[in-house]
Amino acid sequence: MPITRKDVDHVARLARLALSEEEKAALEEQLSKILAHAERVTSLDTEGVPPTSHAIQLANVARSDDVVDPLSRDDALANAPAAEEHQFRVPRILEEEE
Amino acid sequence: MSELWQHTAGQLSALLGTGEVSAVDVTESVLERLRSVEDDVKAFITITEDEAKAKARKVDEMRSAGEDPGPIAGVPVALKDIFVTKGIRSTAASKILENYVPGYSSTAAARCDAAGLPLLGKTNLDEFAMGSSTENSAYFETRNPWNLSKVPGGSSGGSAAAVASGQAVWALGTDTGGSIRQPAALCGVVGVKPTYGLVSRYGMIAFASSLDQAGPFTRDVRDAALLLDAIAGQDPKDATSLPIDHPSYAASLEGGVDGMRIGVVKELAGEGLQEGVKIRFDEAVSVLEKLGAEIGEVSLPSFEYGIDVYYLIAPAEASSNLARYDGVRYGLRVDGEDIVQMNSKTRAAGFGPEVKRRIMLGTYSLSAGYYDQYYGKAQKARTLIIRDFERAYGEFDLLVSPTSPTTAFGFGERTDDPLTMYLSDICNVPTSLAGAAAISVPCGLAPEDQMPVGIQIMAKALDEPTMFRAAYAFEQSFRGRDSQIFPELVSR
Repeated sequence: MPITRKDVDHVARLARLALSEEEKAALEEQLSKILAHAERVTSLDTEGVPPTSHAIQLANVARSDDVVDPLSRDDALANAPAAEEHQFRVPRILEEEE
Repeated sequence: MSELWQHTAGQLSALLGTGEVSAVDVTESVLERLRSVEDDVKAFITITEDEAKAKARKVDEMRSAGEDPGPIAGVPVALKDIFVTKGIRSTAASKILENYVPGYSSTAAARCDAAGLPLLGKTNLDEFAMGSSTENSAYFETRNPWNLSKVPGGSSGGSAAAVASGQAVWALGTDTGGSIRQPAALCGVVGVKPTYGLVSRYGMIAFASSLDQAGPFTRDVRDAALLLDAIAGQDPKDATSLPIDHPSYAASLEGGVDGMRIGVVKELAGEGLQEGVKIRFDEAVSVLEKLGAEIGEVSLPSFEYGIDVYYLIAPAEASSNLARYDGVRYGLRVDGEDIVQMNSKTRAAGFGPEVKRRIMLGTYSLSAGYYDQYYGKAQKARTLIIRDFERAYGEFDLLVSPTSPTTAFGFGERTDDPLTMYLSDICNVPTSLAGAAAISVPCGLAPEDQMPVGIQIMAKALDEPTMFRAAYAFEQSFRGRDSQIFPELVSR
């Protein structure tokens, strides 16, 4: 099933990628081709086969609850594109109340 | 007397241990070599000359004060620029991390430091380790030291090229679906993809978390075992690191392959190989046979679709991992009217074409309505690949194939069609999907282009000792016949 321009627009929005028209056109073709090649997998009979999320399973991984020095606030903010009053600064998220 | 930079880490460790040479001598020699060929090879994004010299002095001071800095202390190392290093810019070869200076170090980098290895610098890679040629670096292309018009492979192309050209005695890379083994083969060096969980992923910039694994690039098998000994082991900072006491790999080299059962993987060693790769691989198998190994052919039918499983699973995990680059806490920010615009413009400007492609592919295969058809299906097919391995290891101790179906290719040859580039990893992805171990060992030059060929030796999860034993036996026997280690670039 080929990827449509509508799919590309939808997925780009989900992935938070502001793509150009040229990029979208190329992706429409390339993703269709990659997924067509993957039909060898999607058409497999996997009735009764359990999925593998990790090849080597570990259970109940815990470590001792030791107090250690955390990453300092200054270090944590050192790479921030914008910081103010010891916090990350971001554009407005919520609309102002009427 | 050859130059110090030409020695293996094992040889240098011995010289350093007896005090015949100092860590400063070794580091200066390697740095001089690094500088003299870097304009040709372009292996490094960042060179940390001052840090390397300071560390070398510290190791020498410890030795002269009668303290033991450890068996490999003073042998300089290069790190793929995907391992974060405190106070040293760490980019993943992406514009989105161009100015990122981490406030902490990856466990692998910290263990190299604890072992006394002076850090030479951070090596080039395909952006976020996504690629097979290092052409996807946002900064520049790295050239193959054996022929500067060819790619070094990827994604750890900078580390492979640095070791091959003598710019580093050894280096670390990461392997998600071949990113250590394939460039090692293409550059004529040894590369190890350890069992998943053997080396901590803490501070390794994440690509596909169920597959990513760090490992060494070296000039011989002994060095690979020595470096793996230094970086392997459980880490409380990585919940997927394995809670085991691993044996010494450097102590696992001897013993040979007499009586060992080695299976040649039919699906990877037959059709579709470059002629010279086939010739050198077949010779390598006959060397193992002469050494006493019982050779047989084994079919693992699921390997036919390994690459498709990989390119459904890895991008899905990547799309999730790379959601963190949102322009808020670190990295690039491009302003927008609201937060969604800011996020979207930042990511569009900061990521290169291959990274965008994989994020799109992964997001699609995880999205509502397609999850079962793509990601869910691929996870089940992953189980079938693991079952094929289990069946094969019922009959054989190790499996072998060429590491790459071709030798190094030219710049631009595979960049037009993503799928063609993806198929470069066809021999490598099954081991990654199974979380198992594999090593690539040089097995000569292809007659038609005089470029290196590697044999891939695959082992069960945590059976690195058997893998190293076979790799070492092969190398010892093979070296006698063809002792060229450094490419022409080195001798000029």
